[in-house]
Amino acid sequence: MDAVEVEVSLRVDGRQRRLTLDTRTSLLDALRERLGVTGPKKGCDHGQCGACTILLDGRRVNSCLALAVAHDEAEITTVEGLADGDTLHPLQESFVRHDGFQCGYCTPGQICSAVGMLTEAEAGWPSAVSADLTAPVELTDAEISERMSGNLCRCGAYAGIVPAIAEVAR
Amino acid sequence: MRPFDYRRADDIDGAVAMLALNPSAAFLGGGTNLVDHLRLGVTAPDLLVDVTRLGLDRIEPLADGGVRVGGTVRNSDLAADRLVRERYPVLAQALLSGASGQLRNLATTGGNLLQRTRCVYFQDVTTPCGKREPGSGCSALRGYQRYHAILGASSACIATHPSDMAVAMAALDAVVRVRGRDGERAVPLTDFHRLPGDEPQRDTVLQHGELITAVDLPPLPEGMRSRYRKVRDRASYAFALVSVAAVLDVRDGTVADVRIALGGVAHKPWRASVAERELRGAPATADSFRRAADAELAAAEPVEGNAFKVPLVRGTLVAVLRELSEETAR
Repeated sequence: MDAVEVEVSLRVDGRQRRLTLDTRTSLLDALRERLGVTGPKKGCDHGQCGACTILLDGRRVNSCLALAVAHDEAEITTVEGLADGDTLHPLQESFVRHDGFQCGYCTPGQICSAVGMLTEAEAGWPSAVSADLTAPVELTDAEISERMSGNLCRCGAYAGIVPAIAEVAR
Repeated sequence: MRPFDYRRADDIDGAVAMLALNPSAAFLGGGTNLVDHLRLGVTAPDLLVDVTRLGLDRIEPLADGGVRVGGTVRNSDLAADRLVRERYPVLAQALLSGASGQLRNLATTGGNLLQRTRCVYFQDVTTPCGKREPGSGCSALRGYQRYHAILGASSACIATHPSDMAVAMAALDAVVRVRGRDGERAVPLTDFHRLPGDEPQRDTVLQHGELITAVDLPPLPEGMRSRYRKVRDRASYAFALVSVAAVLDVRDGTVADVRIALGGVAHKPWRASVAERELRGAPATADSFRRAADAELAAAEPVEGNAFKVPLVRGTLVAVLRELSEETAR
């Protein structure tokens, strides 16, 4: 079977983009290789590291495991779309202030994941460490670590990442 | 990755018909397992039929007090659902202990059930694996065995089904609703997945082209408490070494009813019916719980690399039953 090409339309960081893609293309490769949006990073390409995390219609997902063709007309926010002009997103500022990174490769995924995670907590979603499944969420350090466990940092900058998120969360 | 065609199904019958016409086609849900396997070369369908826009994304209360979960409800939405959190804590806990926040936002109910029973050799196309290539043997029999089965395995395959959600659903007596060319059928979740036998390539009893439209959760009788406990190599975001889903009702110090399912121990979610029989009517004491665990584990056939799972299951099961019995005692 020959490669199959399809038309896909995506709204990326506020900009409507239209492209013709091989059906095999992941959202991550569409963003990085075709649209030049290199904020989302390719770490493992298997959904195990979280470096490719983006917000897909407002929810955090691994863009390496999402086929672009399956998300035609989707609204995508990457780390590049979080700032308001020169004003950084509060989480971006907090990561700088708390030294929430060393090499920085996982950081775009960490920050997008944290944005999605805070929305989930605000909606009252419990986590695996929540003692009471129906109580309001209190984002303790243990809650933040559990909810961010899909984002690995091989430099081990967690000691900065958790407080960076906690400051914005509380 | 081999090229494939992509179609978005608009209705259930259309989705089923598209697969019926093409033996090499596959349904696409969230893609978290399928896309990975496409990339690894484990599977190579020539058509993906996207079933995420069929209106199967609703969670509805049933007249009998149960809950119907649509086949494409995302794992995160199911875990966050009020009805599920209040009526079936074991299911919410199981979902929340599985994968990561990002993966749960993509993964669907049907896709979670249909993720492959697998091990490292299944995912590594350079090694023999009878599940991937029937008849090629099992590399795990003389290899890495830490995540492998101790119950119901065969010489053809000792892989485990990694779903947490399915283990909780097995303990809840869930029923899988399936649509095929010949109409709809209902399959008890405990009969949905298969043991490997000499056909390790077949994980479930589904025929090609059958679509999971919903999973029905029967009501839990008043007074039943439920819990999910997962034991793993790191605190979060890892498959279970073993897990226990239990539902328990204790009255006057006696086990009135109990349902137990085990994860990480078999090719399918393992309903511990031997332990349940042992426990019904028995005093709700640690001694009874240990005896029941031992009765279930009498059939265990661990291999060298996973012998630790036998005492680990025993300890975890006893601990969960003790906690539940302390909560339900009345």
